[in-house]
Amino acid sequence: MKKKNSYLRAIGAIAWKDLAAELRSRELLSAMLVFSLLVILIFNFALELDAKTRNSVTAGVLWVTFVFAGTLGLNRSMAIEKDRGCLDGLLLAPVDRSAIYFGKAISNLAFMFIVEIIILPAYSFLYNINLFQPGLLFVIFLGSIGYTAVGTLLSAMSVQTRTRDVMLPILLFPVIVPVLIAAVKASGGYLQKLPFDQILPWINLLIVYDIIFIAISFMVFDYVVEE
Amino acid sequence: MKTKPTALKSLDVLSLILLAIATYLALVFAPTEKVMGEVQRVFYFHVATAWVGLLGFVAAGVTGVIYLKTQNLKWDLIEEAAVEISLVFFFIAIVLGSIWARPIWNTWWTWDPRLTSASIVELIYLAYLMLRQGIDDPDRRARFGAVYTLVGAISVPITFLSIRMFRTIHPIVIGTQGGTQEKIGMTGDMKIAFFFALFTFTVIFIDLFWNRIRLGQLEQKVEQLKLKVME
Repeated sequence: MKKKNSYLRAIGAIAWKDLAAELRSRELLSAMLVFSLLVILIFNFALELDAKTRNSVTAGVLWVTFVFAGTLGLNRSMAIEKDRGCLDGLLLAPVDRSAIYFGKAISNLAFMFIVEIIILPAYSFLYNINLFQPGLLFVIFLGSIGYTAVGTLLSAMSVQTRTRDVMLPILLFPVIVPVLIAAVKASGGYLQKLPFDQILPWINLLIVYDIIFIAISFMVFDYVVEE
Repeated sequence: MKTKPTALKSLDVLSLILLAIATYLALVFAPTEKVMGEVQRVFYFHVATAWVGLLGFVAAGVTGVIYLKTQNLKWDLIEEAAVEISLVFFFIAIVLGSIWARPIWNTWWTWDPRLTSASIVELIYLAYLMLRQGIDDPDRRARFGAVYTLVGAISVPITFLSIRMFRTIHPIVIGTQGGTQEKIGMTGDMKIAFFFALFTFTVIFIDLFWNRIRLGQLEQKVEQLKLKVME
């Protein structure tokens, strides 16, 4: 019982450290937010988001925005650890290595959520479309979990390579295709008011992906940070 | 330095002979398909190369896991060999498939589960090779490579499934599945050409795999000698 508590406390401490640092500097969140708004702006001109096409492409635009902004956050959050030798410090701590993974994943997820919470109303306001449906929010929740679960693992790898700034998206995008497909399909389903039984398979897929990849990352994270 | 083992040399020759026979069987021996015509002959090599790509894909995933378990660099070498061979053969399969698809589907490319999955595998492999290039330390390179092949090996089947939830137009050749799918029925001679091509490419796979592993070992030796000279 005590051991379990200390494990959870270690996860909490790592996540809290990231959040506290971010609250003080706000460099990561502001970058992610401005970037997301820019992506939406670019899409506006690239796709001519008029009232007719809007319904069918909104889900895609939202997810591309989240994914791009997420890459920015994932890269930065691991690069900070690596640059100032914080990762070595964390590895010296007498906790299970997977606690580091979960701590980082939770803080990355929190950043994703904060960005999403601001982008969704902004998008709703700009395009006069109601994105605040419980089902849609649940899909975004599940999709973000899958994305950060894999992203945290791969960003820990990419920061240790020579070409680290470009490596993360190249590693990450091909393996998160299922998340993207399912999330876009499910979000689109909610936006087009499809019956629930047509959306359910995609939600199931998201849940399965989340569970599998959290488990995998938990098992292999040791090998990624080992010196 | 050891010369090439005789067994490997004879396997090289055998692969060439088999490839010649398989080509004959596919291009001359097998009857022309009634509906699709001559272009259907592409199919024998298309399926065979895709099969080899798949073999390499599975081999890479499995050796990745074995490497993580044993931490023996030998398995890393095998994994890299499997990835490279799979990369090339999936590419050939995609090109052959496109040649077939142009007259039959009236398009070079469609976002069908198999086509999309195969291209995603190619992208994962390219990412894998780039990842390896960016790391100098051989142990770390091996560990990261193994982790990434594992992640890829698990995500690709899920990708396949998720795209399959859309409707697919890729013909199903082996196995039964009802519905609106077009199905290729094979006559006896076609089956001979088909299974012979499968067999041939499996032999070619083993041959290339062996050669590539040997090349990897030689590379390691050169690396060691270089270090020795520099000292």
